[in-house]
Amino acid sequence: MDVGAIFQAAFALVVGLDPGFLGIVFLSLRVTLTAVLIAALIGLPLGAALALARFPGRAAIIVCLNALMGLPPVVAGLAVFLLLSRSGPLGPLGLLFTPTAMIIAQVILVLPIVIALTRQVIEDLWSEYRDHLRSVGLDGLRAIPTLLFDGRFALATALLAGFGRASAEVGAVLIVGGNIAGYTRTMTTAITLETSKGDLPLALGLGLVLLSLTLMINAIAFGASRIGARYAG
Amino acid sequence: MLSVSSILPLTVEAAAFFGDGKLLVAPNSFVIPAGGLTVLLGPNGAGKSLTLRLCHGLLTPSRGTVRWAAGAEARAKGQRKGHAMVFQKPIMLRRSVEANITHALAAAGSNGAERKTRVTQALQRFGLGERAGQPARLLSGGEQQRLAIARAWALRPELLFLDEPTSQLDPAATRQIEELLSGLVAEGITVMMSTHDLGQARRLADRVLFLHRGRLVEDALAKDFFAGPHSAEARAFLAGELLW
Repeated sequence: MDVGAIFQAAFALVVGLDPGFLGIVFLSLRVTLTAVLIAALIGLPLGAALALARFPGRAAIIVCLNALMGLPPVVAGLAVFLLLSRSGPLGPLGLLFTPTAMIIAQVILVLPIVIALTRQVIEDLWSEYRDHLRSVGLDGLRAIPTLLFDGRFALATALLAGFGRASAEVGAVLIVGGNIAGYTRTMTTAITLETSKGDLPLALGLGLVLLSLTLMINAIAFGASRIGARYAG
Repeated sequence: MLSVSSILPLTVEAAAFFGDGKLLVAPNSFVIPAGGLTVLLGPNGAGKSLTLRLCHGLLTPSRGTVRWAAGAEARAKGQRKGHAMVFQKPIMLRRSVEANITHALAAAGSNGAERKTRVTQALQRFGLGERAGQPARLLSGGEQQRLAIARAWALRPELLFLDEPTSQLDPAATRQIEELLSGLVAEGITVMMSTHDLGQARRLADRVLFLHRGRLVEDALAKDFFAGPHSAEARAFLAGELLW
């Protein structure tokens, strides 16, 4: 097949809304969105608490979290694999090679990003707001809801960064999901497989969807920062 | 504004403050009774801002005490402190003008219909009604400081602290804020503000606390202070010499 024909076939897949193709796209979105949601629920309050709290070892935690932002996905995948494998501590749950396992792995990848960026955003905001918030009686952890709300635009960007990382990675979901057709096959693992098999139209079609997804995320992030700038003055 | 159990007078007894091992505020003592406008006067770095923060409770004195009259404990158990503070650079939340006031009231424990009424009153009283829905941070400097004062006023303080409230404003906005402050005093709110602007002190003060290098050098009625200061430092400051 020449390149033109491959592109044509890929477009046909995307436009034709092929059920198998759509299944892969939806599973990918489901796994990644769930992972980002869970990471946000844990990471936003935790990051804010880390921004406000002062305790021994805080600096070490911050350095570790920043380092974890660059955690190789395959390593995260391996860790979850060991945890969930039949002889592992969580083996009896039978989660290995399920979408749930992929969500767990992606939460581990996204969480450090959310916590680290939240900490930065909230710490900056706190240094600006501290006097006023303490004056009206919001000190320490009681200030967190206000700070999270007022940091909403910057924090949305942090969540989108997490979404970007999770949707693009292949190593972790491949290891713990197993790339089972129709069950744990995501866009990235499908591209890996189809490329090595030589089914380039499918790989390319999924690649196009991934690309436009990335484009969309960046457009949203840009919009959020623009709206934020309006409120931030 | 004086309720049954007033938090005033505020009694500051030998309250000193150290930062990094250096004495920043000497053990000063003074009393702020109800009513009038007291100006903390002095050059930059005299400890005016720190003194206000010690009084408002944002800082704890390293030595000595800051004490409110008996009403304070009763108040503390209720909901509000009875004193509020406005800062040199207005701290505006990234929300609308109205939401800035609502937030302060909610934080102070006011809720429901009462909160709504007070927000509306504050917006009207300070001429911010038309701006209610706008992002607070897009207001001009003068309007931001006006909002900061409205927000503090909504908390119904008996004593309002202001830290150099006009130092970043142009003359027209400064004039507006000064008129507002006179209005608050007329309303019965006790005001304590810092300034290094001699003209402003002359225009507004009923009483002057003159600070120099962290030390309370002079505590006098404004007319006496401006007519004939006792200390050499205050004389030099009034004569327009550079003090530091």
